Amino acid sequence: MTGIRAKSVAWLLGLAVAASIGGAWAAGDAEVHIARQPWTFAGMRGHFDEGQLQRGFKVYVEVCARCHSIKRLHFRNLVQQGGPEFPEAAIKSLAGNNYKVDDVPDETGKINQRPAVLADAIPGPFPNDQAARYATNGALPPDLSLIAKARGVEAGTPFYRLPDAMLRDILSGYQEGGADYIYAYLLGFSEPPGGMKMAEFMNYNKVFPGHQTAMTNPFIAGDGLVKYDDGTPATVENYARDVVAFLSWAADPTLEERKRMGLLVMLYLLITAVLLGLAKRRVWRAVH
Amino acid sequence: MATHESSYRPTSSIARWLDARLPIPRMMHGQFVDFPTPRNINYLWTTGGLLSFFLGAQIVTGIVLAMHYAPTAADAFNSVEHIRRDVNYGWLLRNLHAVGASMFFLAVYIHIGRGLYYGSYKAPREVLWIIGVIIMLLMMATAFMGYSLPWGQMSFWAVTVITNLFSSVDSIIPGLGTRIVQWLWGGYSVSGTTLTRFYSLHYLLPFVIAGAVGLHIWALHVAGQNNPTGLDIKTSSDSVPMTPYAVMKDMFALSVFVLLFAWFVFYVPDYLGHPDNYVEANPLSTPPHIVPEWYFLPYYAILRAIPNKLLGVIAMFSSILLLIFIPWLDTSRVRSAKYRPVYKWFFWLFIITVVALGYLGSKPPEGAYVFWARVFTAYYFLHFLVIMPIVGVTENPSPLPRSITESVLGKSGQPVRVGAPAAPERR
Repeated sequence: MTGIRAKSVAWLLGLAVAASIGGAWAAGDAEVHIARQPWTFAGMRGHFDEGQLQRGFKVYVEVCARCHSIKRLHFRNLVQQGGPEFPEAAIKSLAGNNYKVDDVPDETGKINQRPAVLADAIPGPFPNDQAARYATNGALPPDLSLIAKARGVEAGTPFYRLPDAMLRDILSGYQEGGADYIYAYLLGFSEPPGGMKMAEFMNYNKVFPGHQTAMTNPFIAGDGLVKYDDGTPATVENYARDVVAFLSWAADPTLEERKRMGLLVMLYLLITAVLLGLAKRRVWRAVH
Repeated sequence: MATHESSYRPTSSIARWLDARLPIPRMMHGQFVDFPTPRNINYLWTTGGLLSFFLGAQIVTGIVLAMHYAPTAADAFNSVEHIRRDVNYGWLLRNLHAVGASMFFLAVYIHIGRGLYYGSYKAPREVLWIIGVIIMLLMMATAFMGYSLPWGQMSFWAVTVITNLFSSVDSIIPGLGTRIVQWLWGGYSVSGTTLTRFYSLHYLLPFVIAGAVGLHIWALHVAGQNNPTGLDIKTSSDSVPMTPYAVMKDMFALSVFVLLFAWFVFYVPDYLGHPDNYVEANPLSTPPHIVPEWYFLPYYAILRAIPNKLLGVIAMFSSILLLIFIPWLDTSRVRSAKYRPVYKWFFWLFIITVVALGYLGSKPPEGAYVFWARVFTAYYFLHFLVIMPIVGVTENPSPLPRSITESVLGKSGQPVRVGAPAAPERR
């Protein structure tokens, strides 16, 4: 008797919570839906497309690098396995011809500039944060080395669908929230909707929280802004997609090694588990 | 049970020599080889072994990470990135350690839930249970300090929020809370000094945990293991030797749990973390929502449910400290909820409450979230302080089997021929 009563109390409580929190969600802001993109580096067999990373690097250098640094990347990373895998000679000449870095002090103690080499970090556009703020109306353009991991998508899943949504994301290995967000952000610039008052130096972006961002539309010049030489159509969508792939690699340069090793580890563990399960059954057979 | 006859027979002359001087092998044999284990324990009883594994794994990966990590405000974040990018298999070590902490908590919550369901805290296991609660507190302190080490935005602001809780003492003794907080920080704000001392303690506490685990196992082997019936081992047919039976079962369960662990390490290493922690700590910019790691969310919900800061802090800490007293709050004469038709439902209601609090802890403290956080916080305390003592007295337990053997083999208690169905009439 009492058991049944307790059960129905639990039921009622669950219903009440569902109604109340569900209501809270419905009443909340109509959030912008950020679509999941089909990235090559998603899922168990995920890997980077070298051509895409090379194009993405070109977009970064010609567009983003006017304001944003990528300080955790070294020139050597651009030639190593699992990345854009540029030919070593090309990056050596790029570093040597286009970038200067501080040398060690000479015999008089003066610090001179020397051409960059593979071992150097990629120099950013500004010597320090203050210089960056001065050049960009006071906003500090964030370093892009980790941006693909430092952003995410607020799913806004109602709680009763959470177990299902979580399980789906875990089992499909979904880790590309940052990539999806940045892609949507790069393509999210437009004129502010009628009646919206923008602060000085601010630009409207439909996915940015609050919709006012200090960054200007990087691809405002439209298709053809960056020349692609591998036959890929030079469109704004492709610029966004390629540069996001590049940034995803920059934030996680060991992704390919990780996923490859993971497959072997899972296989090894699966076989071990089956063998141990069989051994356990055999040991316990006599006492069950 | 603990005083079972030793079956240890030293075979070599060296073993006999050592046995007469310091009988460590005899002790280990008694504790881990011929130790009598109830024959009916289910897979929930493999979590103890899992936890030992994760403690060891966290210590090993942690020691190696410490070789590459720099505990200063200027270098901490960079050194973690150095580990991820440039140290050989550094990404693997770091994922193992970060995900390992979550798996450790997942296993410990299952372990505690099992103890609550089967009444493992009841006499004669009160001390065993209390040591367990102390281990959980030590784990929480260790995990909290460990989370500060990457020195990302969430690390920094979690430290700021949690250490600031102690300033609520100011409302009892003005000035004392502030002094405690400054003493914790080693200055007037969270800084590199705070980080360095947290690092030192983060390295120390796991060894304190290891010591407490030693006591936990000692107390376990004095009282003997509980089991799904909650009955004591009475005859030799109620138990099987730990090796190979329980050990084999533990190893199988471990291999399955490690599969889950590996999935997270290799395919969703950032799923349990927060994107903001990939942004370097910045004292001048507060993240919009400061949330702790998932395993602290229920307590965080309790903290925020109460409008008064001091009372919120007291509620949060007492939600855990309360566990110490449940051997005496539970008035039932039956251990296992399996035979408690009323309490069983309240147990699951309690589990739902904890999960709901976890969900609410991840949400901003506004609107309906606050209301429901209060309801569930109230129920959390009600469960231990009112329901547990009252239901224990008022409910009528179902009939218990006469022995562990009977619960496994049926009324006859006769050993069943190998391969024969245990209940042929039901086929």
